[in-house]
Amino acid sequence: MRSLWHRLGLGGKICLAVIAAYFALAVFGEVQFRVAKARDVTPGYNVVRENCRYLPPLTRVAAADASSSAQFFLLGTDNLGRDVASRLVQGARIAFHVGIMTSLIAIPLGVLLGLLGGYFGGKADSFVVWLCATVASMPGLLFILAISMVVGQGILGIYLGIGLTTWVGVCRTIRAEVMKHKDRAYVQAARVLGYSHARIMFRHILPNVAHVILIQFSIRFPSAVATEVFISFLGIGVQGEPSWGVMINNARLRLWQGVWWEMTFVTAAIFILVLVFNHLADELRDLLDPALRNETR
Amino acid sequence: MLRYAIKRLLELIPTTFGILVLTFLLFHVVGGSPAEVILGKNATKESIAAFNHKYGYDRPLLVNFTDDKPVWDSQFLNFVGNLAKGDLGISTEYDEPVADILKRGVGPSLSLTVPILIVGTLVALSLALLCAAFRGRCMDKAVLVLSTVLMSVNYVVWVLAGQFILAYKLKLFPLWGYANAAYLVLPVVIGVFSSLGVDVRFFRTAILDEIYKPYVRTARAKGLSNAAVLVKHVLRNSLIPIVTYISLSIPYLFTGSLMLESFFGIPGLGNVSLNAIHSADMAVVRAVVVLGALLYQGVNLVTDLAYAWLDPRVRLG
Repeated sequence: MRSLWHRLGLGGKICLAVIAAYFALAVFGEVQFRVAKARDVTPGYNVVRENCRYLPPLTRVAAADASSSAQFFLLGTDNLGRDVASRLVQGARIAFHVGIMTSLIAIPLGVLLGLLGGYFGGKADSFVVWLCATVASMPGLLFILAISMVVGQGILGIYLGIGLTTWVGVCRTIRAEVMKHKDRAYVQAARVLGYSHARIMFRHILPNVAHVILIQFSIRFPSAVATEVFISFLGIGVQGEPSWGVMINNARLRLWQGVWWEMTFVTAAIFILVLVFNHLADELRDLLDPALRNETR
Repeated sequence: MLRYAIKRLLELIPTTFGILVLTFLLFHVVGGSPAEVILGKNATKESIAAFNHKYGYDRPLLVNFTDDKPVWDSQFLNFVGNLAKGDLGISTEYDEPVADILKRGVGPSLSLTVPILIVGTLVALSLALLCAAFRGRCMDKAVLVLSTVLMSVNYVVWVLAGQFILAYKLKLFPLWGYANAAYLVLPVVIGVFSSLGVDVRFFRTAILDEIYKPYVRTARAKGLSNAAVLVKHVLRNSLIPIVTYISLSIPYLFTGSLMLESFFGIPGLGNVSLNAIHSADMAVVRAVVVLGALLYQGVNLVTDLAYAWLDPRVRLG
């Protein structure tokens, strides 16, 4: 892994740094969220200020009386006088939750099925291929929305909807990779030594196909974030918390009257995160995909 | 060829079964009866029972052993049987057959999605050929960077920004409605741009996969111009992955575009589905999901058969 960092180009390093910055913000947002929950108070990002509605960015509001302090709104306020900057941070928190949780559903599922199908072949493989073909023929976004609707609106529906539909890509690439490996000398040697199938699959083959998981994670993450924005924007996803999709939907209302900041900053936040992830995915694929590597040699 | 066709047709059975089971599991077992959602929290037991009886939610799930009605009078088998008869159930929101609602929506959806597919494919393919012609040089890199940027813009933003800037601020297009073809121009433009990045990258890869093969060198050695080599030799051979990629989007032509249709007031299936999701109109969502999936199977079948017919390696391999 240490060598991977050195092999990444400058662009890839910048992307990783940006992702780390987003992640730090997300962790900060998580702390804020947890603390507010533990103390049972309205968290800062949800505080409604009647007299501070639609303040443009970089506005300083003087203290109203001796008990309150002056407030500074770096990125302005929204229709309820809530601070856009701290809501953006919460949006980053939710984006990382979605990216990570859906990966925790889709990647283990895809890897397990891909390993089983690719390694055993025969009936097990037919079952895996059948399952992939069935899920892959469901109409993408509508199926995710239907799952969210049936599970009940909220973040759990999003986790399940995205997680349970996107494992197919992981499964197919892992399966193809395992099929290439299963007759190699090291696997035959392990078999001759009498190791169990499980041990061969997980201790011997899995480390050799692990790069696929890293690539798949970097491809899945931005698309999961984008899907969450879409679902929450439609009002079917995250409820009561400032997800980026909820914020876009909120900002849309007054955009027509010149309230540009909330929309601009949310859009930029999503765009940058997805862009750096997409670029990182490209670089990782070029670096780690052996098929591509052999071609260029 | 016949052997391959039969084998391929038989493969439809397990996947179709899988689709039916998955849809049924989602909408009937996990989802259960939508009575409470539709009738509200304060509905009486009697009204819920009447609702369940009317829409068949009071039947056993898989097989009927509970009463003296036939064994096959269960939710799953009724669902499959009705589907086979073309009966898609009754919309709880509009109280009319789902099939009628869907029939009305297909036309408007196609009028939006077919132009998007055609224009989008032509633009993306031209850009990809341009990339391939200038591979590794500034032009190629610029298009590649631009594609990555385009595909990172969220779909929601494409629709909102397109409508706000082009229709509202600049007044280049009508804002909302479905009166004549002029109303479709902006949604089509947005649809093309929103998928352009992904398409160009895919097509470029497909073309570059061919471009280093020996027959390309031969073609160039016999004195063909760069353009002739690209269009006559490389493009022809890279069409297999490209056509597969395009054919996979055909089912979505019918199911329409959720956001474009609802934001531009196009009364297509995307609009219908989105409304149905908002109002928990299960019968409609279920019908669109299951028909979309079956259509996907059908399109896949036709593509595979076409390949087998065109390319003997497929049917013999």
